[in-house]
Amino acid sequence: MTAPDFEALRADIPALHQEVHGRPLAYLDNAASSHLPQAVLDAVVRYHSREHSNVHRGVHTLSQVATERYEGARRRVQRFLGASRPEEIVFTRGTTEGINLVAQAWGRANLGAGDEIVLSELEHHSNIVPWQLIAQERGAVIRVIPLNDAGELDLAAFRGLLGPRTRVVAVAHVSNALGTINPVAEIVAAAKGVGALTVIDGAQAVPHLRVDVAALGCDFYAFSAHKLYAPPGVGVLYGRYAVLEGMPPWQGGGDMIEVVSFEGSTWAKPPSRFEAGTPSIAAAVGLGAAVEYLEGVGLEAIAAREDALLAYATEAVSAVPGVRIIGTAASKASVLSFVMEGVHPHDIGTILDSEGVAVRAGHHCAQPVMRRFKVPATARASLAFYNNEADIDALVRGLHTVAGIFGL
Amino acid sequence: MSDMRQLYQEVILEHNKKPRNFGVLEGATCSAHGHNPLCGDNYTVYVRLEGEQIAQVGFEGEGCAISKASASMMTTRLKGLEVAAAQELVELFRGMILGEVDPEAHPKALKHLKVFQGVSALPVRIKCALLPWHAVKAALDGRGEASTEGEADPVGEGEGSARS
Repeated sequence: MTAPDFEALRADIPALHQEVHGRPLAYLDNAASSHLPQAVLDAVVRYHSREHSNVHRGVHTLSQVATERYEGARRRVQRFLGASRPEEIVFTRGTTEGINLVAQAWGRANLGAGDEIVLSELEHHSNIVPWQLIAQERGAVIRVIPLNDAGELDLAAFRGLLGPRTRVVAVAHVSNALGTINPVAEIVAAAKGVGALTVIDGAQAVPHLRVDVAALGCDFYAFSAHKLYAPPGVGVLYGRYAVLEGMPPWQGGGDMIEVVSFEGSTWAKPPSRFEAGTPSIAAAVGLGAAVEYLEGVGLEAIAAREDALLAYATEAVSAVPGVRIIGTAASKASVLSFVMEGVHPHDIGTILDSEGVAVRAGHHCAQPVMRRFKVPATARASLAFYNNEADIDALVRGLHTVAGIFGL
Repeated sequence: MSDMRQLYQEVILEHNKKPRNFGVLEGATCSAHGHNPLCGDNYTVYVRLEGEQIAQVGFEGEGCAISKASASMMTTRLKGLEVAAAQELVELFRGMILGEVDPEAHPKALKHLKVFQGVSALPVRIKCALLPWHAVKAALDGRGEASTEGEADPVGEGEGSARS
Protein backbone atom coordinates (compact mmCIF):
# COMPACT_ATOMS: atom_id res chain seq x y z
CA MET A 1 0.00 0.00 0.00
CA THR A 2 1.41 3.37 -1.01
CA ALA A 3 1.60 6.21 1.48
CA PRO A 4 -1.16 8.82 1.14
CA ASP A 5 -0.34 12.21 -0.38
CA PHE A 6 -0.63 14.28 2.78
CA GLU A 7 -0.15 17.58 0.95
CA ALA A 8 -3.20 16.75 -1.19
CA LEU A 9 -5.22 15.79 1.91
CA ARG A 10 -4.99 19.40 3.10
CA ALA A 11 -7.69 20.17 0.55
CA ASP A 12 -10.06 18.05 2.65
CA ILE A 13 -9.83 20.44 5.63
CA PRO A 14 -11.63 23.75 4.83
CA ALA A 15 -10.53 25.60 7.99
CA LEU A 16 -6.87 25.41 7.02
CA HIS A 17 -7.39 27.59 3.97
CA GLN A 18 -7.81 31.03 5.48
CA GLU A 19 -5.69 34.00 6.45
CA VAL A 20 -5.14 35.28 9.98
CA HIS A 21 -3.80 38.84 10.34
CA GLY A 22 -3.14 38.81 6.60
CA ARG A 23 -0.96 35.68 6.74
CA PRO A 24 -1.80 32.10 5.78
CA LEU A 25 -3.02 30.25 8.88
CA ALA A 26 -0.48 27.82 10.34
CA TYR A 27 -2.68 25.91 12.77
CA LEU A 28 -0.42 24.25 15.35
CA ASP A 29 -2.87 23.90 18.24
CA ASN A 30 -4.27 20.48 17.39
CA ALA A 31 -3.77 19.09 20.89
CA ALA A 32 -6.30 21.69 22.06
CA SER A 33 -8.77 21.02 19.26
CA SER A 34 -8.44 19.92 15.67
CA HIS A 35 -10.20 20.88 12.44
CA LEU A 36 -12.90 18.94 10.64
CA PRO A 37 -12.53 17.25 7.24
CA GLN A 38 -15.25 18.13 4.71
CA ALA A 39 -16.56 14.56 4.98
CA VAL A 40 -17.28 15.13 8.68
CA LEU A 41 -18.95 18.48 8.03
CA ASP A 42 -21.04 16.82 5.30
CA ALA A 43 -22.15 14.04 7.65
CA VAL A 44 -23.25 16.56 10.29
CA VAL A 45 -25.10 18.72 7.76
CA ARG A 46 -26.77 15.66 6.18
CA TYR A 47 -27.84 14.46 9.61
CA HIS A 48 -29.40 17.79 10.56
CA SER A 49 -30.87 18.39 7.10
CA ARG A 50 -32.50 15.03 6.54
CA GLU A 51 -32.15 12.57 9.40
CA HIS A 52 -32.59 14.29 12.71
CA SER A 53 -35.02 13.33 15.42
CA ASN A 54 -34.58 12.13 18.99
CA VAL A 55 -32.97 8.74 19.41
CA HIS A 56 -34.32 5.55 21.08
CA ARG A 57 -37.80 7.00 21.40
CA GLY A 58 -40.06 7.14 18.40
CA VAL A 59 -41.64 4.58 16.14
CA HIS A 60 -41.61 7.06 13.28
CA THR A 61 -39.12 6.87 10.46
CA LEU A 62 -36.86 9.81 11.31
CA SER A 63 -36.41 8.64 14.88
CA GLN A 64 -35.41 5.25 13.57
CA VAL A 65 -32.96 6.81 11.09
CA ALA A 66 -31.45 9.02 13.82
CA THR A 67 -31.12 6.02 16.13
CA GLU A 68 -29.45 4.03 13.38
CA ARG A 69 -26.96 6.86 12.67
CA TYR A 70 -26.17 7.25 16.39
CA GLU A 71 -25.80 3.53 17.01
CA GLY A 72 -23.85 3.20 13.76
CA ALA A 73 -21.33 5.70 15.13
CA ARG A 74 -21.11 3.63 18.32
CA ARG A 75 -20.35 0.47 16.34
CA ARG A 76 -17.72 2.27 14.31
CA VAL A 77 -16.02 3.55 17.48
CA GLN A 78 -16.21 0.05 18.96
CA ARG A 79 -14.27 -1.39 16.01
CA PHE A 80 -11.87 1.59 16.01
CA LEU A 81 -10.92 0.92 19.66
CA GLY A 82 -10.94 -2.86 19.42
CA ALA A 83 -13.72 -3.18 22.00
CA SER A 84 -15.45 -6.53 22.07
CA ARG A 85 -19.04 -5.20 21.84
CA PRO A 86 -20.80 -1.89 21.12
CA GLU A 87 -22.33 -1.86 24.61
CA GLU A 88 -18.83 -1.09 25.92
CA ILE A 89 -18.91 2.34 24.22
CA VAL A 90 -20.57 5.06 26.34
CA PHE A 91 -21.04 8.43 24.64
CA THR A 92 -20.19 11.30 26.96
CA ARG A 93 -19.59 15.04 26.48
CA GLY A 94 -15.83 14.45 26.36
CA THR A 95 -12.83 13.00 28.16
CA THR A 96 -13.50 15.10 31.25
CA GLU A 97 -17.03 13.78 31.60
CA GLY A 98 -15.87 10.21 31.02
CA ILE A 99 -13.37 10.38 33.88
CA ASN A 100 -15.87 12.11 36.17
CA LEU A 101 -18.37 9.36 35.35
CA VAL A 102 -15.95 6.64 36.45
CA ALA A 103 -14.78 8.54 39.53
CA GLN A 104 -18.35 9.25 40.66
CA ALA A 105 -20.25 6.12 39.68
CA TRP A 106 -17.56 3.50 40.29
CA GLY A 107 -15.78 5.43 43.03
CA ARG A 108 -18.83 6.10 45.17
CA ALA A 109 -19.75 2.41 45.12
CA ASN A 110 -16.26 1.01 45.58
CA LEU A 111 -13.91 3.41 47.36
CA GLY A 112 -13.52 3.53 51.13
CA ALA A 113 -11.40 5.29 53.73
CA GLY A 114 -7.69 4.71 53.19
CA ASP A 115 -8.09 3.26 49.70
CA GLU A 116 -5.47 4.53 47.30
CA ILE A 117 -5.80 6.12 43.87
CA VAL A 118 -2.57 6.24 41.85
CA LEU A 119 -2.21 9.11 39.35
CA SER A 120 0.87 10.53 37.66
CA GLU A 121 2.64 13.86 37.75
CA LEU A 122 1.95 14.47 34.04
CA GLU A 123 -1.85 14.27 34.25
CA HIS A 124 -4.18 16.89 32.80
CA HIS A 125 -6.33 18.49 35.52
CA SER A 126 -9.27 16.46 34.20
CA ASN A 127 -7.54 13.28 35.40
CA ILE A 128 -6.65 14.81 38.78
CA VAL A 129 -9.57 16.86 40.04
CA PRO A 130 -12.35 14.24 39.55
CA TRP A 131 -10.28 11.87 41.70
CA GLN A 132 -9.66 14.54 44.33
CA LEU A 133 -13.40 15.14 44.58
CA ILE A 134 -14.26 11.47 45.14
CA ALA A 135 -11.21 10.91 47.38
CA GLN A 136 -12.39 13.75 49.61
CA GLU A 137 -15.88 12.30 49.73
CA ARG A 138 -14.78 8.72 50.46
CA GLY A 139 -11.66 9.36 52.56
CA ALA A 140 -9.43 7.83 49.88
CA VAL A 141 -5.81 8.85 49.36
CA ILE A 142 -4.10 9.99 46.14
CA ARG A 143 -0.59 8.77 45.32
CA VAL A 144 1.46 10.23 42.47
CA ILE A 145 3.90 8.56 40.05
CA PRO A 146 6.85 10.97 39.63
CA LEU A 147 8.47 12.05 36.34
CA ASN A 148 12.12 11.99 35.34
CA ASP A 149 13.82 15.00 33.72
CA ALA A 150 12.83 13.86 30.23
CA GLY A 151 9.16 13.84 31.25
CA GLU A 152 8.81 10.05 31.45
CA LEU A 153 7.07 8.19 34.26
CA ASP A 154 9.37 6.62 36.85
CA LEU A 155 8.12 3.04 36.54
CA ALA A 156 10.21 1.74 39.44
CA ALA A 157 8.60 4.35 41.68
CA PHE A 158 5.20 3.37 40.25
CA ARG A 159 5.71 -0.27 41.24
CA GLY A 160 6.71 0.94 44.70
CA LEU A 161 3.38 2.78 45.03
CA LEU A 162 1.30 -0.33 44.28
CA GLY A 163 0.02 -2.32 47.22
CA PRO A 164 -3.05 -3.96 48.76
CA ARG A 165 -4.74 -0.56 49.25
CA THR A 166 -4.37 0.45 45.56
CA ARG A 167 -7.90 0.51 44.13
CA VAL A 168 -7.47 2.72 41.05
CA VAL A 169 -4.62 3.48 38.67
CA ALA A 170 -5.54 6.37 36.34
CA VAL A 171 -2.95 7.68 33.88
CA ALA A 172 -2.76 9.44 30.54
CA HIS A 173 -1.80 7.46 27.46
CA VAL A 174 -0.09 10.58 26.03
CA SER A 175 0.78 13.75 27.95
CA ASN A 176 -0.88 16.86 26.53
CA ALA A 177 1.84 19.14 27.92
CA LEU A 178 4.95 17.07 27.13
CA GLY A 179 3.97 14.63 24.40
CA THR A 180 5.29 11.64 26.37
CA ILE A 181 3.74 8.33 25.31
CA ASN A 182 3.35 6.25 28.46
CA PRO A 183 3.85 2.46 28.42
CA VAL A 184 0.19 1.90 29.19
CA ALA A 185 0.07 -1.87 28.65
CA GLU A 186 2.88 -2.32 31.17
CA ILE A 187 1.21 0.04 33.67
CA VAL A 188 -2.14 -1.75 33.29
CA ALA A 189 -0.53 -5.16 33.78
CA ALA A 190 1.19 -4.04 37.00
CA ALA A 191 -2.01 -2.40 38.27
CA LYS A 192 -4.01 -5.56 37.57
CA GLY A 193 -1.45 -7.50 39.58
CA VAL A 194 -2.76 -5.74 42.71
CA GLY A 195 -6.39 -5.88 41.57
CA ALA A 196 -6.70 -2.15 40.82
CA LEU A 197 -9.20 -0.60 38.39
CA THR A 198 -7.37 0.89 35.40
CA VAL A 199 -8.52 4.15 33.80
CA ILE A 200 -6.70 5.60 30.78
CA ASP A 201 -7.04 9.22 29.61
CA GLY A 202 -6.65 8.75 25.88
CA ALA A 203 -7.52 12.29 24.75
CA GLN A 204 -4.10 12.93 23.19
CA ALA A 205 -3.38 9.35 22.13
CA VAL A 206 -6.35 8.51 19.93
CA PRO A 207 -5.54 11.17 17.28
CA HIS A 208 -1.96 9.92 16.98
CA LEU A 209 -1.79 6.16 17.66
CA ARG A 210 -3.81 3.09 16.85
CA VAL A 211 -5.43 2.23 20.17
CA ASP A 212 -6.53 -1.32 20.95
CA VAL A 213 -8.22 -1.51 24.33
CA ALA A 214 -8.17 -5.31 24.29
CA ALA A 215 -4.39 -5.30 23.86
CA LEU A 216 -3.98 -2.63 26.54
CA GLY A 217 -6.18 -4.60 28.91
CA CYS A 218 -7.55 -1.49 30.66
CA ASP A 219 -10.96 -1.27 32.34
CA PHE A 220 -11.71 2.25 31.04
CA TYR A 221 -10.41 4.40 28.20
CA ALA A 222 -11.70 7.95 27.63
CA PHE A 223 -11.29 10.39 24.74
CA SER A 224 -12.88 13.46 23.12
CA ALA A 225 -14.23 13.77 19.58
CA HIS A 226 -13.06 17.35 19.06
CA LYS A 227 -9.39 16.37 19.23
CA LEU A 228 -10.12 13.63 16.66
CA TYR A 229 -11.26 15.87 13.79
CA ALA A 230 -14.91 15.70 14.88
CA PRO A 231 -17.21 18.31 16.45
CA PRO A 232 -17.01 19.23 20.14
CA GLY A 233 -19.81 18.07 22.42
CA VAL A 234 -19.25 14.33 22.34
CA GLY A 235 -16.67 11.98 23.78
CA VAL A 236 -16.25 8.29 24.36
CA LEU A 237 -15.83 6.27 27.48
CA TYR A 238 -14.87 2.69 26.74
CA GLY A 239 -15.66 0.48 29.72
CA ARG A 240 -15.11 -3.26 30.05
CA TYR A 241 -18.66 -4.65 30.03
CA ALA A 242 -18.41 -6.60 33.28
CA VAL A 243 -17.27 -3.44 35.08
CA LEU A 244 -19.94 -1.23 33.50
CA GLU A 245 -22.63 -3.77 34.33
CA GLY A 246 -21.69 -3.71 38.01
CA MET A 247 -21.81 0.09 38.26
CA PRO A 248 -24.72 2.18 39.55
CA PRO A 249 -25.96 5.04 37.33
CA TRP A 250 -24.30 8.43 37.48
CA GLN A 251 -26.90 10.88 36.21
CA GLY A 252 -30.60 10.11 36.27
CA GLY A 253 -33.14 10.91 33.58
CA GLY A 254 -34.63 9.66 30.36
CA ASP A 255 -33.04 6.80 28.44
CA MET A 256 -31.15 5.37 31.45
CA ILE A 257 -34.08 3.59 33.08
CA GLU A 258 -35.96 0.35 32.71
CA VAL A 259 -39.04 0.98 34.87
CA VAL A 260 -39.80 4.16 36.82
CA SER A 261 -42.30 4.42 39.64
CA PHE A 262 -42.44 6.61 42.74
CA GLU A 263 -41.66 3.52 44.81
CA GLY A 264 -38.38 3.10 42.93
CA SER A 265 -36.86 2.68 39.52
CA THR A 266 -34.69 0.12 37.81
CA TRP A 267 -31.80 0.88 35.53
CA ALA A 268 -31.23 0.16 31.88
CA LYS A 269 -28.26 -1.95 30.89
CA PRO A 270 -25.01 -0.30 29.73
CA PRO A 271 -24.40 1.84 27.79
CA SER A 272 -27.88 3.41 28.14
CA ARG A 273 -27.54 3.38 31.94
CA PHE A 274 -24.83 6.03 31.57
CA GLU A 275 -26.44 8.13 28.84
CA ALA A 276 -29.23 10.00 30.61
CA GLY A 277 -30.95 12.61 28.49
CA THR A 278 -30.77 13.40 24.79
CA PRO A 279 -27.15 13.04 23.64
CA SER A 280 -25.18 15.16 21.15
CA ILE A 281 -26.44 13.05 18.27
CA ALA A 282 -24.99 15.06 15.40
CA ALA A 283 -21.58 15.26 17.09
CA ALA A 284 -21.60 11.48 17.53
CA VAL A 285 -22.50 11.09 13.84
CA GLY A 286 -19.61 13.44 13.05
CA LEU A 287 -17.31 11.33 15.21
CA GLY A 288 -18.30 8.22 13.26
CA ALA A 289 -17.53 10.05 10.01
CA ALA A 290 -14.17 11.25 11.37
CA VAL A 291 -13.18 7.70 12.31
CA GLU A 292 -14.17 6.53 8.84
CA TYR A 293 -12.07 9.32 7.28
CA LEU A 294 -9.01 8.54 9.43
CA GLU A 295 -9.25 4.83 8.72
CA GLY A 296 -9.44 5.70 5.02
CA VAL A 297 -6.19 7.68 5.28
CA GLY A 298 -4.62 4.98 7.43
CA LEU A 299 -3.83 5.28 11.15
CA GLU A 300 -0.28 3.95 10.74
CA ALA A 301 0.42 6.40 7.91
CA ILE A 302 -0.92 9.26 10.06
CA ALA A 303 1.34 8.28 12.96
CA ALA A 304 4.36 8.09 10.64
CA ARG A 305 3.54 11.49 9.08
CA GLU A 306 3.18 13.13 12.51
CA ASP A 307 6.42 11.55 13.74
CA ALA A 308 8.26 12.97 10.71
CA LEU A 309 6.76 16.44 11.29
CA LEU A 310 7.70 16.28 14.98
CA ALA A 311 11.31 15.42 14.13
CA TYR A 312 11.46 18.31 11.62
CA ALA A 313 9.89 20.75 14.11
CA THR A 314 12.06 19.65 17.03
CA GLU A 315 15.25 20.25 15.06
CA ALA A 316 14.12 23.57 13.59
CA VAL A 317 12.69 25.02 16.82
CA SER A 318 15.68 23.90 18.89
CA ALA A 319 17.95 25.99 16.65
CA VAL A 320 16.16 29.27 17.51
CA PRO A 321 18.16 31.39 20.00
CA GLY A 322 17.07 30.97 23.63
CA VAL A 323 14.71 28.02 23.03
CA ARG A 324 14.58 25.08 25.40
CA ILE A 325 12.33 22.06 24.69
CA ILE A 326 10.28 20.84 27.68
CA GLY A 327 9.55 17.12 27.36
CA THR A 328 12.23 15.03 25.70
CA ALA A 329 10.86 11.52 26.23
CA ALA A 330 12.23 8.76 24.01
CA SER A 331 8.68 7.96 22.94
CA LYS A 332 6.71 11.09 22.02
CA ALA A 333 3.56 12.05 20.16
CA SER A 334 3.50 15.19 18.01
CA VAL A 335 3.53 17.74 20.85
CA LEU A 336 6.39 20.24 21.05
CA SER A 337 6.41 22.22 24.30
CA PHE A 338 9.10 24.86 24.73
CA VAL A 339 10.19 28.00 26.57
CA MET A 340 12.37 30.91 25.45
CA GLU A 341 14.93 32.46 27.76
CA GLY A 342 13.47 35.61 29.34
CA VAL A 343 10.25 35.58 27.28
CA HIS A 344 6.91 34.60 28.77
CA PRO A 345 4.98 32.08 26.63
CA HIS A 346 2.02 34.47 26.36
CA ASP A 347 4.20 37.01 24.62
CA ILE A 348 5.40 34.27 22.27
CA GLY A 349 1.76 33.32 21.58
CA THR A 350 0.72 36.91 20.80
CA ILE A 351 3.64 37.54 18.44
CA LEU A 352 3.15 34.21 16.64
CA ASP A 353 -0.56 34.95 16.25
CA SER A 354 0.30 38.25 14.57
CA GLU A 355 2.07 36.15 11.92
CA GLY A 356 -0.83 33.71 11.48
CA VAL A 357 0.70 30.96 13.63
CA ALA A 358 -1.65 29.41 16.20
CA VAL A 359 0.01 27.79 19.22
CA ARG A 360 -1.11 27.27 22.80
CA ALA A 361 0.58 29.29 25.55
CA GLY A 362 -0.08 28.55 29.18
CA HIS A 363 -0.03 25.78 31.74
CA HIS A 364 -2.04 23.42 29.50
CA CYS A 365 -4.28 22.44 32.44
CA ALA A 366 -1.28 20.53 33.77
CA GLN A 367 0.04 22.74 36.57
CA PRO A 368 1.94 19.88 38.29
CA VAL A 369 3.95 19.41 35.08
CA MET A 370 4.83 23.12 35.05
CA ARG A 371 5.92 22.89 38.68
CA ARG A 372 8.02 19.79 37.96
CA PHE A 373 9.93 21.62 35.23
CA LYS A 374 10.02 24.90 37.20
CA VAL A 375 8.38 26.97 34.47
CA PRO A 376 5.24 29.12 34.88
CA ALA A 377 3.97 28.06 31.46
CA THR A 378 5.17 26.83 28.09
CA ALA A 379 4.41 27.52 24.46
CA ARG A 380 3.16 24.41 22.69
CA ALA A 381 3.02 23.53 19.02
CA SER A 382 0.98 20.37 18.41
CA LEU A 383 0.94 18.82 14.98
CA ALA A 384 -1.71 17.00 13.00
CA PHE A 385 -1.40 14.89 9.86
CA TYR A 386 -2.65 17.88 7.85
CA ASN A 387 0.20 20.15 8.93
CA ASN A 388 3.19 20.51 6.67
CA GLU A 389 6.77 21.74 6.69
CA ALA A 390 5.58 25.20 5.61
CA ASP A 391 3.55 25.50 8.84
CA ILE A 392 6.64 24.66 10.87
CA ASP A 393 8.76 27.10 8.85
CA ALA A 394 6.20 29.82 9.67
CA LEU A 395 6.51 28.91 13.35
CA VAL A 396 10.29 29.16 13.21
CA ARG A 397 10.12 32.53 11.39
CA GLY A 398 7.76 33.77 14.10
CA LEU A 399 10.09 32.59 16.84
CA HIS A 400 12.91 34.54 15.18
CA THR A 401 10.64 37.62 15.32
CA VAL A 402 10.16 36.96 19.05
CA ALA A 403 13.91 36.60 19.53
CA GLY A 404 14.44 39.84 17.62
CA ILE A 405 11.90 41.83 19.64
CA PHE A 406 13.20 40.53 22.96
CA GLY A 407 16.85 40.88 21.96
CA LEU A 408 17.85 37.23 22.26
CA MET B 1 -2.12 43.85 15.26
CA SER B 2 0.31 43.62 12.39
CA ASP B 3 3.29 45.39 13.89
CA MET B 4 4.25 43.78 17.15
CA ARG B 5 6.79 46.51 17.78
CA GLN B 6 3.88 48.88 18.32
CA LEU B 7 2.82 46.62 21.18
CA TYR B 8 6.23 45.63 22.50
CA GLN B 9 7.73 49.12 22.60
CA GLU B 10 11.25 49.60 23.91
CA VAL B 11 10.06 51.09 27.18
CA ILE B 12 7.86 48.03 27.86
CA LEU B 13 10.69 45.62 27.02
CA GLU B 14 13.09 47.58 29.21
CA HIS B 15 10.73 47.53 32.23
CA ASN B 16 10.10 43.82 31.63
CA LYS B 17 13.82 43.12 31.69
CA LYS B 18 14.61 45.41 34.62
CA PRO B 19 11.42 45.91 36.61
CA ARG B 20 11.48 48.85 39.04
CA ASN B 21 10.55 48.47 42.72
CA PHE B 22 10.62 44.69 42.37
CA GLY B 23 10.56 42.67 45.58
CA VAL B 24 8.79 42.62 48.92
CA LEU B 25 8.34 46.19 50.20
CA GLU B 26 9.57 46.59 53.76
CA GLY B 27 7.14 48.45 55.99
CA ALA B 28 4.21 48.09 53.58
CA THR B 29 0.93 49.23 55.13
CA CYS B 30 -1.22 47.31 52.67
CA SER B 31 -0.83 44.74 49.92
CA ALA B 32 -2.92 42.64 47.58
CA HIS B 33 -2.43 39.59 45.47
CA GLY B 34 -3.53 39.46 41.85
CA HIS B 35 -3.72 36.16 40.04
CA ASN B 36 -5.03 35.27 36.64
CA PRO B 37 -5.85 31.57 36.89
CA LEU B 38 -6.26 31.31 33.12
CA CYS B 39 -2.71 32.26 32.20
CA GLY B 40 -0.88 32.06 35.52
CA ASP B 41 0.10 35.74 35.83
CA ASN B 42 0.72 36.15 39.52
CA TYR B 43 1.71 39.34 41.38
CA THR B 44 1.64 40.81 44.85
CA VAL B 45 1.53 44.59 45.03
CA TYR B 46 2.69 46.40 48.19
CA VAL B 47 1.92 49.98 49.23
CA ARG B 48 3.39 52.03 52.08
CA LEU B 49 1.03 54.83 53.01
CA GLU B 50 2.01 57.88 55.04
CA GLY B 51 -1.31 59.43 55.93
CA GLU B 52 -3.15 59.86 52.65
CA GLN B 53 0.03 59.86 50.61
CA ILE B 54 1.58 56.86 48.84
CA ALA B 55 5.18 56.87 50.06
CA GLN B 56 6.28 53.77 48.17
CA VAL B 57 4.90 51.01 45.93
CA GLY B 58 6.53 47.66 45.20
CA PHE B 59 5.63 44.36 43.58
CA GLU B 60 6.79 40.82 43.15
CA GLY B 61 5.65 37.86 41.12
CA GLU B 62 5.79 36.63 37.55
CA GLY B 63 3.95 36.91 34.30
CA CYS B 64 4.24 38.11 30.72
CA ALA B 65 6.09 41.22 29.52
CA ILE B 66 2.86 43.24 29.33
CA SER B 67 1.84 42.53 32.92
CA LYS B 68 5.32 42.92 34.35
CA ALA B 69 6.05 46.21 32.57
CA SER B 70 2.60 47.45 33.53
CA ALA B 71 3.31 46.66 37.19
CA SER B 72 6.77 48.22 37.05
CA MET B 73 5.63 51.47 35.42
CA MET B 74 2.65 51.61 37.77
CA THR B 75 4.90 51.58 40.82
CA THR B 76 6.98 54.52 39.56
CA ARG B 77 3.87 56.48 38.58
CA LEU B 78 1.91 56.01 41.83
CA LYS B 79 4.72 56.88 44.21
CA GLY B 80 4.07 60.24 45.83
CA LEU B 81 0.41 60.48 44.83
CA GLU B 82 -2.45 61.05 47.24
CA VAL B 83 -4.71 57.98 47.49
CA ALA B 84 -7.59 59.78 45.75
CA ALA B 85 -5.35 60.79 42.85
CA ALA B 86 -4.02 57.23 42.61
CA GLN B 87 -7.57 55.89 42.42
CA GLU B 88 -8.31 58.34 39.61
CA LEU B 89 -5.23 57.21 37.72
CA VAL B 90 -6.26 53.55 38.11
CA GLU B 91 -9.62 54.40 36.53
CA LEU B 92 -7.99 56.40 33.74
CA PHE B 93 -5.53 53.61 32.91
CA ARG B 94 -8.32 51.06 32.96
CA GLY B 95 -10.37 53.25 30.65
CA MET B 96 -7.48 53.54 28.20
CA ILE B 97 -6.86 49.77 28.15
CA LEU B 98 -10.56 49.05 27.63
CA GLY B 99 -10.57 51.53 24.76
CA GLU B 100 -12.99 53.89 26.54
CA VAL B 101 -10.51 56.70 27.20
CA ASP B 102 -8.39 58.46 24.58
CA PRO B 103 -4.91 58.83 26.07
CA GLU B 104 -4.33 61.95 23.95
CA ALA B 105 -6.95 63.70 26.08
CA HIS B 106 -5.02 63.01 29.29
CA PRO B 107 -1.33 63.47 28.44
CA LYS B 108 -0.34 64.87 31.83
CA ALA B 109 -2.05 62.18 33.87
CA LEU B 110 -1.03 59.17 31.81
CA LYS B 111 2.44 60.30 30.65
CA HIS B 112 4.50 57.23 29.61
CA LEU B 113 1.63 54.87 30.44
CA LYS B 114 0.39 55.70 26.96
CA VAL B 115 2.72 52.98 25.64
CA PHE B 116 0.14 50.42 26.77
CA GLN B 117 -2.51 51.83 24.45
CA GLY B 118 -1.77 49.10 21.88
CA VAL B 119 -3.03 46.46 24.33
CA SER B 120 -6.58 47.74 23.86
CA ALA B 121 -6.58 46.13 20.39
CA LEU B 122 -5.79 42.70 21.87
CA PRO B 123 -8.76 41.46 23.89
CA VAL B 124 -6.92 38.45 25.32
CA ARG B 125 -4.09 40.62 26.66
CA ILE B 126 -6.21 43.32 28.32
CA LYS B 127 -6.28 41.48 31.61
CA CYS B 128 -2.48 41.21 31.56
CA ALA B 129 -2.08 44.99 31.51
CA LEU B 130 -4.83 45.52 34.10
CA LEU B 131 -3.90 42.85 36.65
CA PRO B 132 -1.36 44.91 38.68
CA TRP B 133 -3.69 47.91 38.64
CA HIS B 134 -6.55 45.85 40.00
CA ALA B 135 -4.19 44.56 42.66
CA VAL B 136 -3.10 48.04 43.77
CA LYS B 137 -6.72 49.16 43.86
CA ALA B 138 -7.54 46.18 46.06
CA ALA B 139 -4.61 47.03 48.33
CA LEU B 140 -5.76 50.67 48.65
CA ASP B 141 -9.35 49.54 49.27
CA GLY B 142 -8.06 47.16 51.97
CA ARG B 143 -9.41 44.07 50.23
CA GLY B 144 -6.19 42.09 49.98
CA GLU B 145 -7.24 40.47 46.74
CA ALA B 146 -7.82 41.71 43.25
CA SER B 147 -10.66 40.84 40.99
CA THR B 148 -11.64 41.90 37.52
CA GLU B 149 -14.94 40.05 37.74
CA GLY B 150 -17.80 42.03 36.36
CA GLU B 151 -15.30 43.98 34.30
CA ALA B 152 -16.61 45.27 30.99
CA ASP B 153 -13.84 43.20 29.53
CA PRO B 154 -14.39 41.81 26.03
CA VAL B 155 -12.75 38.55 27.11
CA GLY B 156 -15.95 37.78 28.93
CA GLU B 157 -17.17 36.91 32.35
CA GLY B 158 -14.94 34.79 34.51
CA GLU B 159 -11.88 34.83 32.27
CA GLY B 160 -10.73 38.15 33.59
CA SER B 161 -11.00 36.93 37.14
CA ALA B 162 -8.00 37.77 39.23
CA ARG B 163 -7.99 36.49 42.75
CA SER B 164 -5.66 35.27 45.42
